[in-house]
Amino acid sequence: MSRQTNRGTESKKMSSELFTLTYGALVTQLCKDYENDEDVNKQLEKMGYNIGVRLIEDFLARSNVGRCHDFRETADVIAKVAFKMYLGITPTITNWSPAGDEFSLILENNPLVDFVELPDNHSTLVYSNLLCGVLRGSLEMVQMAVDVKFAQDTLKGDSVTEIRMKFIRRIEDNLPAGEE
Amino acid sequence: MTIHNLYIFDRNGICLHYSEWNRRKQAGISKDEEYKLMYGMLYSIRSFVSKMSPTDMKDGFLSFQTSKYKLHYYETPSGVKVVMNTDLSVGSIRDILHQIYSTIYVEYVVKNALCSLNDPIQSELFRAKLDSYIRSLPFFSARAG
Repeated sequence: MSRQTNRGTESKKMSSELFTLTYGALVTQLCKDYENDEDVNKQLEKMGYNIGVRLIEDFLARSNVGRCHDFRETADVIAKVAFKMYLGITPTITNWSPAGDEFSLILENNPLVDFVELPDNHSTLVYSNLLCGVLRGSLEMVQMAVDVKFAQDTLKGDSVTEIRMKFIRRIEDNLPAGEE
Repeated sequence: MTIHNLYIFDRNGICLHYSEWNRRKQAGISKDEEYKLMYGMLYSIRSFVSKMSPTDMKDGFLSFQTSKYKLHYYETPSGVKVVMNTDLSVGSIRDILHQIYSTIYVEYVVKNALCSLNDPIQSELFRAKLDSYIRSLPFFSARAG
């Protein structure tokens, strides 16, 4: 049996502008629908979570990555394989906590914000918060509870964009119903 | 050479899909009972295998066979389990079980936003694709003894 190899990362390349602009339209609409930025942030995170829950399956099917044995390996796969596959960028991994349960992803250029300038009245909006949800949702499906948030954002005048990831706990296997 | 049947379980033990081709003996219990029994056994084998292994394992539980049939097991890191029963002459089919996951389950269930991921799969398209894929396999034979 020869494995089909035509489903690699290269097969479905398309312009990221369509994605960026669609995302922009989504954020714009949410800002109209909700009164305050906190609610928009929450909705973006929630949508991202729902995407992540499904995206992880696509990722595992395409990359053939096995189970990660520690958080460092997880960080590597996220930065070097997953970000590359879906956003075409490779963030750098830095700022490990001494316990090895926290690290930062530094994004040189965030593809979601290519054409964006934050107006002054949206200072608390976390524009790319969808990404946090995606990361949290997909890691939850491989049994890792992780806290994800933006620590720095070029949209807010920081020099880089930084996503901070904190490992909370391993999610244990569920026993099937009715078994002990 | 023949394929008897196929189960797909999710990470919580729900049977997402079941289909059978050449199964001449039924379990004599309801299907729901059978799924639970099957999942319970797989769950136990998994933990048995990982506790009994004298070395660190990479893939864990892969298959078992009796005098009459062979059960093939494939689990993704996200906990989706693909289980196929065949006759004894079939070798390792890890690639094929991975294909079922990646080109059929992911393509026609995960990427279909209207398919819930935690309930039995209703999609006709998924069933049709799976059935034709299985029937195209070289070791599928409808008239196997």
